[in-house]
Amino acid sequence: MTPLQALAALVADPTVQVVVAGAALLGALSGTLGSFALLRRQSLLGDALAHAALPGICLGFLVAGARDLGAIMAGAFLTGGVAALLVLLIGRRSRLKTDAALGIVLSVFFAAGVVLLTLVQRQGGAAQAGLSSFLFGQAAAMLRADLWAMLAVAAAVLTVLAAFWKEAKLVTFDAGFARSLGLPVLAIESALTVMVATAIVVGLQMVGVVLMTALLVAPAAAARQWAGRLETMVPLAAAFGAVSGVAGALVSATGRGLATGPLVVLAATAILVVSLLAAPRRGLAVTALRRLRARNRLRGQRVLQTLHALSAAHDDPSYPAERGMIDAYHGLPSDRVLARLEQRGLIRAVAHPPETTPHWELTEAGHAAATGGQGR
Amino acid sequence: MSALFADIGLMIVLTGALVGTASSLVGLFLVLRGNAMLSDAVSHSIVLGIVLVWLATGQTAGPVQIVGAGLAGLVTVLLSDALARSRLVRDDAAIGLVFPALFALGVLLISIHARDLHLDVDAVLLGEIGFVWLDIVPVGGAEVPRAVLTLAAMTVVNGAFVALFWKELKLATFDPGLAAALGFAPGVLSMALLGLTSATAVAAFDAVGAILFVAFVIVPPATALLLTDRVGRALVLAVAVSVAASAAGYALALRWDVSIGGMMAVMTGVFFAAAFLLGPRHGLLAQRLRRRAQRDDVACRTLVMHLHSHHATAAAEEENTARALHDHLAWPRDKVRRTIHQALDRGMIRREDGLLAPTEKGRAVAMTAIADAARDDGPPG
Repeated sequence: MTPLQALAALVADPTVQVVVAGAALLGALSGTLGSFALLRRQSLLGDALAHAALPGICLGFLVAGARDLGAIMAGAFLTGGVAALLVLLIGRRSRLKTDAALGIVLSVFFAAGVVLLTLVQRQGGAAQAGLSSFLFGQAAAMLRADLWAMLAVAAAVLTVLAAFWKEAKLVTFDAGFARSLGLPVLAIESALTVMVATAIVVGLQMVGVVLMTALLVAPAAAARQWAGRLETMVPLAAAFGAVSGVAGALVSATGRGLATGPLVVLAATAILVVSLLAAPRRGLAVTALRRLRARNRLRGQRVLQTLHALSAAHDDPSYPAERGMIDAYHGLPSDRVLARLEQRGLIRAVAHPPETTPHWELTEAGHAAATGGQGR
Repeated sequence: MSALFADIGLMIVLTGALVGTASSLVGLFLVLRGNAMLSDAVSHSIVLGIVLVWLATGQTAGPVQIVGAGLAGLVTVLLSDALARSRLVRDDAAIGLVFPALFALGVLLISIHARDLHLDVDAVLLGEIGFVWLDIVPVGGAEVPRAVLTLAAMTVVNGAFVALFWKELKLATFDPGLAAALGFAPGVLSMALLGLTSATAVAAFDAVGAILFVAFVIVPPATALLLTDRVGRALVLAVAVSVAASAAGYALALRWDVSIGGMMAVMTGVFFAAAFLLGPRHGLLAQRLRRRAQRDDVACRTLVMHLHSHHATAAAEEENTARALHDHLAWPRDKVRRTIHQALDRGMIRREDGLLAPTEKGRAVAMTAIADAARDDGPPG
């Protein structure tokens, strides 16, 4: 069976269809909301919220007594919300900085989750079956009913976001201005944070609490490299997220026991790395190339000006300058610069007997380029 | 001696206490510098380091692991730093992008090699402090758990580092600009600190895993910093908190039959909550009491100023009554009652023919307050 056939067989499987649809949905949702988290500098808050969801998941389990997605989501949402409030409280009402507040809440809530996890595991039986998958995610554990729940939540969140798009955008970029216009900034900020928490809760069983933050941040950061406007960044982030989700879920669903979370994160990271390198205008490769070109142009211009000044000083438009002398003027070996200039027809090599070393003189075009460049 | 090391409970508590001590030594400075979340990043990415070193050398513990996997932690920090410096993403996002990727790779490699590598994915997160006594090495006649030995060594290294560079660390933490100007290379120092953090994470890994380690690095120092203003005292307090949390966590975990490492980390959180709420000077309760005391002070002073200005005047009959405070100063009735009681208790006012009158002490307070107000409001100079 070729890989393509294997893929076709996989996609034909109804279980896999559910998984792929869920992964795409989750990726799109977290890409959308992650864009706001990234721009509002809350990348690490997502990490804390995701870890803090673990005790909530276990509580949902203990209360419902079974793997009931509603109870689990409610629990995760509850402890995530408490965690967000605590981060805010510790940051405001103590001398500790926000990063310490994040670290404290993240680790202590997660520890509480670990403790509750042992309680759940002691119950044994069917109850614990789906639980450990919440650590790293298990796409295959998803049921069709789960997909409908996810769809409802995502639709609600996206509708709210679309309705308050303008306000959300303004608060994200200029909260001070928004406040001066009389917008309820605190309420909008809280709503955005709540929506991020929702995306995290939705993603828990797919990606797991440990790596959920990356699915929020990585597609958004990748999209940011390509887009200069929120209107293009958000759809792009949603698309990147969906692609990462589908790629991770498909590989995980091949059934080799690989957790979905790491796979999704690696897919998103791959997209991010490509974006960081290749994005037009901002990409590292692109800017490096641009810098190289600028440096070459500058060097060439300086050599031209040197030659021009020499010929002016000697009152000889075709004054032959020795290569060693040009090197000495610029403190650099100039052969490659000279070769490029010759290629552009700005200088030409001349012999200057009795010396045997290479000499160069400016062409007409070279003189024009040297004086034209001086004015700039 | 060997009986001591054979006591399983004691060994588990000792392991926890050593994790806490070694982590607090470096964690205190991370928290002070605002770099606490770097410990989260470092502790996650050593997972990849551990797998890579195992693939290269076949060792899952020991000095090679500590150095090798420790380097992975340092690489994470350097990568995040480089990414932030490229200005393509902000620094918090840079941290949040690098370590999940490395961690994801590590977890994936573990699940691929699960059959040969004695590490399962849950242990990566949670550690297995309850089983430290299974892996023992003979030392001078006694059989000591390997984790205790490794962590003791790590504690000594971290302690020596902090002791040797105590003044440099403090300077680089509180005034990096001055440290650089004086030639103390704060950058090198901070790399060394993060390198040690990451080595400590490797040493603590078997016992508490990648995430609970973060609790031991951040929470005890943060707790200590809520209680004192001196770095030295904070260090002692942080170590005390982690030892107490280990012992209490172990006892509670046994009683409730739950995860030992998790319970120890939860206990650090309980100590933090106690300090946050009840800390003598910076705690929420203390802040609240102080604010209340200040409000009472102001109210009493306002009261005596009011009484003082109308005392023995024709308007005294109307002004120096509880009713006037309500009507003229617009104080709620319970505030009026409370302030009169307070001022009576402090001997600032007395009751006189059914009216309120300032005492000598009250007049002095009023006159000082009036003079202060006049000075503050008066023309400059």
